[in-house]
Amino acid sequence: MHMAGILTRLAWRNLWRNHRRTLIMLLAIVLGTWAMIFMTALMRGMVSQMVSDGISALPGHVQAHHPDYRDDPSIANLIPIPDSELVARFADAGFPGFATRVRVPAVITSEYDSRGVTLLGIDPERERGVTFVDYEKVEGRFLESSDDAGVVIGRKMAETLNTKVGKRIVLMSQDPENEIADRGFRVVGLFEANVQSFEEHYVFAGKATAQRMLRINDQVSELFVLGDDYRDVEAAYTRTVELIDSGAEVKRWTELDTFLGTMLGVMDGFVFVWIVVIFLALSFGLVNTLVMAVFERVREIGLMLALGMRPIHILGQIVVESVLLLAIGLALGSMLAWAAVQPIKDGIDVSIVSEGMDMWGMSSVLQPELLLSDVILANVVVLVLGFLASLSPAWRAAHYEPIEAITKV
Amino acid sequence: MTAVRCVDLCKTYRQGEEDIKALDHVSIEIDQGGFVCLSAPSGGGKTTLLNAIGGLDKPDSGEVYIAGKRIDNLSKGELAELRLRQIGFVFQAFNLIPVLTARENVEFVMQVQGIPAGEREEKAVEILEEVGLAGLEDRRPADMSGGQQQRVAVARAIVSRPALVLADEPTANLDSKTSDGLMELFRELNDHHNTTFVIATHDKRVMSYAKRLVRMLDGRIVEDIAQDAA
Repeated sequence: MHMAGILTRLAWRNLWRNHRRTLIMLLAIVLGTWAMIFMTALMRGMVSQMVSDGISALPGHVQAHHPDYRDDPSIANLIPIPDSELVARFADAGFPGFATRVRVPAVITSEYDSRGVTLLGIDPERERGVTFVDYEKVEGRFLESSDDAGVVIGRKMAETLNTKVGKRIVLMSQDPENEIADRGFRVVGLFEANVQSFEEHYVFAGKATAQRMLRINDQVSELFVLGDDYRDVEAAYTRTVELIDSGAEVKRWTELDTFLGTMLGVMDGFVFVWIVVIFLALSFGLVNTLVMAVFERVREIGLMLALGMRPIHILGQIVVESVLLLAIGLALGSMLAWAAVQPIKDGIDVSIVSEGMDMWGMSSVLQPELLLSDVILANVVVLVLGFLASLSPAWRAAHYEPIEAITKV
Repeated sequence: MTAVRCVDLCKTYRQGEEDIKALDHVSIEIDQGGFVCLSAPSGGGKTTLLNAIGGLDKPDSGEVYIAGKRIDNLSKGELAELRLRQIGFVFQAFNLIPVLTARENVEFVMQVQGIPAGEREEKAVEILEEVGLAGLEDRRPADMSGGQQQRVAVARAIVSRPALVLADEPTANLDSKTSDGLMELFRELNDHHNTTFVIATHDKRVMSYAKRLVRMLDGRIVEDIAQDAA
């Protein structure tokens, strides 16, 4: 322990012997660390937003359907448990949220055009804050109850159909007997979504109204449940399975949207690889700096060995030098990354490339997500790998023959 | 008591196509409290002998004993410990660690030895005063003259009172006045603390301070005489 003081003092002073070289290396570490953390925050934010948008479109963390619904999401595959029974079972289960829905393919027609859509018959009160629609931002109004006679369509769909709030449209689908089920609705609201394709694909109607139109009485297509955290849905899944008992298939959101589930799964590995790749680029500079520092100090290393300093302490001195440099760089880089995230923490508007983003199911606002665990991971990886990288020049220095080193010109 | 004993030391260096015999069957004994000058022309083997005694270089054959303990077969770590605890070194040049001040350079060996901060600081200041460097404790080597640097090196070599001090051309870069001052200091330590000094030099002024003069030529001892020191 008594060597710690002298090793740190020597390492610190040696670092600043060549100010320019140290500052350049420090700058590289700071920028590298910034890139690691800042870019990771952007990627995390992007994936998080994708997952969040995906879950709000599903919606929910766990869903229950008829066992054949996923293969054929038609009116023929409704949950064989009455809607009122489902609501009664889940009402007191303690979930942060749940709702049942009618969800069927339909055609929407205005006087100018028609399009294929997904008709969502919902209970607006239960879905407030869960779906991708912000009720307060709807032009006109959102649905007010399950019996609401109006529909809410996306702004993009309204443009396509050349319609607007107050105009009438017709929704057409099939009933369970394969007969045409249609009904005229007045457009009461236009919604906007982060993901533009949602505006073109979804049409909202009251659940009871949709049930009447489709002649399905007290039946629904799906039940969704919100858990506490989308990263850990096991508790919500298990409880839902218990409550459903039998007759319906229960799936986690990661199974319903495997692309998003996989994205979330590989993100941690991707962050690690990203950090390691940046470090590898940094490590060339770091090792070069240390090799030069050792090369320039051959004689004094020889002197220290001649005076009785053990090789392990020479090794320690070079390693401490490297770790000090890395620690300063990491601290400054982490602070810089934090500072860089602050002005954009509410999101960057990338609507200019919204169509491209939309293709990947991403919203037009990119919100960085700076996780403490990512900052710690970047710092630990760089420190540990930096330590390992510095062992080579340090080992070399520690194994000089004192008398050869001290007489080196 | 014998401080240093070398038995039949041989060391050969390869220089290009030629083998140079730096030590050619050298045997020597130095008593505790001895003040010995090794004198030889350049390449005569004095530095090689000094390095072999200090455990800095291993002879090809022969044996080296310090205070009765054989050292030529010790490991690197054991030799480092021996140099740290029992031997003080003064080299011809590049004696100091550039990033440390005079006081820190003197403290360096004591710090490696594990002596507490207060004690080593007190000793360092005291010894620097003794070698005439009071007031220069916080200067770095780059801000000191060659003579001052050499005195710092001497202070470091003797501060922990080693039994043996090995000095290789300690006055090579010093003017005559500074050289005399340094040698008087060595003699004083030799007289008062019974420290053994082995000094490699070809400076006649330095030789005049020695109690024993050993002349070498082509790796062999050609003359070993006791003399009245200056």
